[in-house]
Amino acid sequence: MTTAIDVSGLVKTFGRTRALDGLDLQVTTGEVHGFLGPNGAGKSTTIRVLLGLLRADSGRAVLLGGDPWRNAVQLHRRLAYVPGDVDLWPALTGGQAIDLLGRLRGGLDRARRNELCERFDLDPSKKGRTYSKGNRQKVALVSALASDAELLVLDEPTAGLDPLMEAVFQECILEAREAGRTVLLSSHILAQVEKLCDRVSIIRQGKVVQSGALSEMRHLTRTTIEAETAHPVTGLAELPGVHNVQAEAARVRFDVDGEHLTTAVRALGEAGLRSLVSHPPTLEELFLRHYGDELAANGVRAEAAS
Amino acid sequence: MTAVAVHAGAHARGGSLTGTGALVRFALRRDRVRIPVWIAALTFSTVGSVSTFPTNYPTVGDRQTRAELMTSPTGAALSGPGHGLDDYTFGAMMGNEILGFLAIFVALMSVLLFVRHTRTEEESGRAELVRAAVVGRHAVTTAALIVVGGTNLVLGALIVLGLGTSGVESITWAGSLAFGAGLTAVGLLFTAITAVTAQLVEYARGAAGLAGALIGLAYALRAAGDMGDGALSWLSPIGWAQAMRPYVDERWWPLVPAPVLAVALVAVAFALTSRRDVGAGLVRPRPGPRTGSGFLGTPFGLALRLHRAALLWWGTAMFLFGLMYGSLIQDVESAIEGNRALREWVAQSPGTSFTDAFLALILSMLATISAIYAILAAQRLRGEETAGRAEPVLATATSRARWMSGQLAVALFGGAAVILLSALGLGLGAAATAGDAGQLFRILGAGLCYVPALWVTVGVAVALFGLAPRAIALSWVLLVYALTVGIFSGLLKLPSWTMNLSPFGHVPQLPGAEFDLLPLVALTALAAALVAAGLAGFRRRDLHSN
Repeated sequence: MTTAIDVSGLVKTFGRTRALDGLDLQVTTGEVHGFLGPNGAGKSTTIRVLLGLLRADSGRAVLLGGDPWRNAVQLHRRLAYVPGDVDLWPALTGGQAIDLLGRLRGGLDRARRNELCERFDLDPSKKGRTYSKGNRQKVALVSALASDAELLVLDEPTAGLDPLMEAVFQECILEAREAGRTVLLSSHILAQVEKLCDRVSIIRQGKVVQSGALSEMRHLTRTTIEAETAHPVTGLAELPGVHNVQAEAARVRFDVDGEHLTTAVRALGEAGLRSLVSHPPTLEELFLRHYGDELAANGVRAEAAS
Repeated sequence: MTAVAVHAGAHARGGSLTGTGALVRFALRRDRVRIPVWIAALTFSTVGSVSTFPTNYPTVGDRQTRAELMTSPTGAALSGPGHGLDDYTFGAMMGNEILGFLAIFVALMSVLLFVRHTRTEEESGRAELVRAAVVGRHAVTTAALIVVGGTNLVLGALIVLGLGTSGVESITWAGSLAFGAGLTAVGLLFTAITAVTAQLVEYARGAAGLAGALIGLAYALRAAGDMGDGALSWLSPIGWAQAMRPYVDERWWPLVPAPVLAVALVAVAFALTSRRDVGAGLVRPRPGPRTGSGFLGTPFGLALRLHRAALLWWGTAMFLFGLMYGSLIQDVESAIEGNRALREWVAQSPGTSFTDAFLALILSMLATISAIYAILAAQRLRGEETAGRAEPVLATATSRARWMSGQLAVALFGGAAVILLSALGLGLGAAATAGDAGQLFRILGAGLCYVPALWVTVGVAVALFGLAPRAIALSWVLLVYALTVGIFSGLLKLPSWTMNLSPFGHVPQLPGAEFDLLPLVALTALAAALVAAGLAGFRRRDLHSN
């Protein structure tokens, strides 16, 4: 098992802001690695250091066995990048931009490029200035996915895509994994990371606070349930895997671990289910819940840190 | 029912201007440094120029010698129609030689400020936030008109005050009023012109470029008119200001056309605003090729594609500018016949014909103007970087040096091409008028000599880009200095070291003067060192993106 990305103790400051504060990150070759964190946590800064666009103040970064700053050009032949905020040349068409970036990278698969344009429903004959945010992102995605790069570096690549296109994107990433490519996927959408990633690293305030397989982080796969029932539900809090129950007459709200969902929903059914809303916990909730203690210990109030 | 309808109607009318006041205050807050700097720079340089006259031209004889130079077509091309040359007072000098150039800067100020508060905002998407608030359809344009128009009025008033109280002989209050009013009229007209171009073109650079081209046209028409019978000058707003004859025998009616035209243009701008979507221009973009060519997939190919339109426009404009001046060569020859001062001036540098001196002067002016294009092209490096378009390219197997070289090649060789095109125009015009094909090659050769000086200006921009990217706007300082010294060193009798600080001051004044290779080699070496410093700096620093 080789390591595609190996970062330790990375520090990057911008003036007085400490964007990266001793960051460690390991991505194994062939895996889809989720890079999860709230806005401003340092995801994009890490990626820009890995691409040799920013120079780290201290720490060690190895990308595909090379130094991202000194060997940038050789390394970039082997990777493809999709920025979070894509800005295209106003006068060039989407197709021209795809081919341009592909050629500069060292060539792209023409058949796959056309197929991807179709799958993403992208009109490559439109000028860059006329594309919406989502379409600009599709241009960068098509260009990256049509390459033969062994590493895909994706920085919140679906922020502007609709759910249909999000599904196409997920298919494409799973195909990339089948093909043995390594993917670093930065995101703040937990559900996306859950579906695609083998392992995740959670970053907060310039540090990775947790890293591992998602299954190891059971607390991340908890579902929040809000329900309205005919009769008050009894004994919910005693059920296994149920947490944080808040009941108020016929309304109930609680979190439940994925493996115990059936039992919990059955209990709701028995009480006469009228309405049911379930959603994965938001990142903010997670951070407050799981890292609030640590913050409190450091003298920071959880509310203030959210 | 009726009451409701009336109320709704009133609301709809008031609606299109709602929020103008807030936008005006916002614009003034944003430009609390920029606008005062423009006003102060233009006021002080005006009052500063007039105060040097008594020392530089102490006697009537000195002034009349200057006046005779101004009767030549070269003098007329670079100054004005020459009112009051018989009695060339300090005031007449201001009206003839300073007013025209000042008008260019006032027009430029109006164009840049107006675009900044309209199209630039729209392009960035910030205008969408503003328009979604309680802001009427015409509020953004109206607020910009008030701010830029107001800036012009304040500037005009301060110039009138500054000149009126300068205490320089012959600088009368009536003349100062005509001078300031003429300038303000030009500024207001170009504000209104920009209000229209900002509706037509989708991009801030395009809107400013179109209005800027019209400033160039206004200047060229005036220059051609003043060299000839003056008819063409009446087509130029700058010509109208000069036709007010400040400090000679003030005429007020030429003040009328500019504001009248401005009001009409503002009406057109409002009508156009109602017709288009926020963010769009009136010219709809067409679909383009679905695939990119192989050449586009190289850093140089990309750079050339991005600069193509600007390069074509600049090349064409400078060629025509050169052609216009070249075709006037015959008038220069005839003008020298009956002019004693000119004959003496030419005799000062033996072996120089007056035609050659004229050509050298025009060529140095064309070359300095060409450097504007070269600096704009070099600054594109920074534009691509901050817009975030350099990032995806540099994330491919393209090194920073290679990406930068592509853009640089266009700035360096594109700039050289613009100089050569202007020399080609000048040469063709001169050769055709004089019936001497040899002129073409002499002038092209002379134009080539200015290329190293232009490279130095590009080098400064590149060094700033690599070493102090946030200060890249300072690359204009050298060019503005070179333009000012080049144009006014004669009038203001500046010491020779001021000319030596300008890269264009070291270029041999061909044709006519003796060719000297050394300064050209030195300038090229300096440019190369600056470019190398910029490259080295860029390879070491972080990439900035928003």
